[in-house]
Amino acid sequence: MNNQRRNVLKSGSGAALLSVLAAAGIIRPGMAFADWNKAAFEAKSMADTLKALGAGSPAESKDVQVTGPDIAENGAVVPVGVSSTLPNVTMVAILIEKNPNALAASFTLPEGTLANVQTRVKMGQTSNVYALVKSDGKFFMATKEIKVTLGGCGG
Amino acid sequence: MATNPMKIRASTKDGVTEVKALISHEMETGQRKDAAGAVVPAWFITELTAKHNDRLVLAAEFGTAVSKNPYLAFKFKGGAVGDKITVMWKDNKGETRTDEAKIA
Repeated sequence: MNNQRRNVLKSGSGAALLSVLAAAGIIRPGMAFADWNKAAFEAKSMADTLKALGAGSPAESKDVQVTGPDIAENGAVVPVGVSSTLPNVTMVAILIEKNPNALAASFTLPEGTLANVQTRVKMGQTSNVYALVKSDGKFFMATKEIKVTLGGCGG
Repeated sequence: MATNPMKIRASTKDGVTEVKALISHEMETGQRKDAAGAVVPAWFITELTAKHNDRLVLAAEFGTAVSKNPYLAFKFKGGAVGDKITVMWKDNKGETRTDEAKIA
């Protein structure tokens, strides 16, 4: 009988501890998401986007590479990759200068994740594609022009 | 609307794990018009996270310029055969989906 009482007490305090942790935000239901940077994604020009990302005017760097085709036949699906040999890269973003909204995607890289991401983007027309990389707290970028023969914005 | 599962492949080589994910999503930009001339409302993935076991390895934010049925590839240090990779996304309608794969 005493044993039973012990067990009840134990499980009771365990549940209480869980709810305290949840309330304190230490345990969150599901996975935690970063807040979507609305200002950056809705910015129209390159300059506004960089400002919204807090990047200011990033320096051109040879240690950042944009990979992609020279000519994309279908603007709706353009494979673009960004890689960098810079140390401590914490953020990578892909920007397309002549799209209605310049920012296509941004990636936050925790420690241990390599500065090497690939995805596919839409391009409305021939444009410069910028790779923005944050390394050691500073922003760097690289550019590649991708020619589009058929736009990807429902044209 | 029901969502289709993601295709996730993960393989490890020389201490680096490469994850490739193909996500099934319309990624509507909100700039297209249908046959009647009405704007098709935007519907796209805004956030995506990837975890190796319980450790966050990638957090991505997407705009409307990411292609329909987005493809994503990235690499991280560590990872062993059989470890769990979890990818989760959320779209601008608040819908979410989580899928898992094991490192091969």
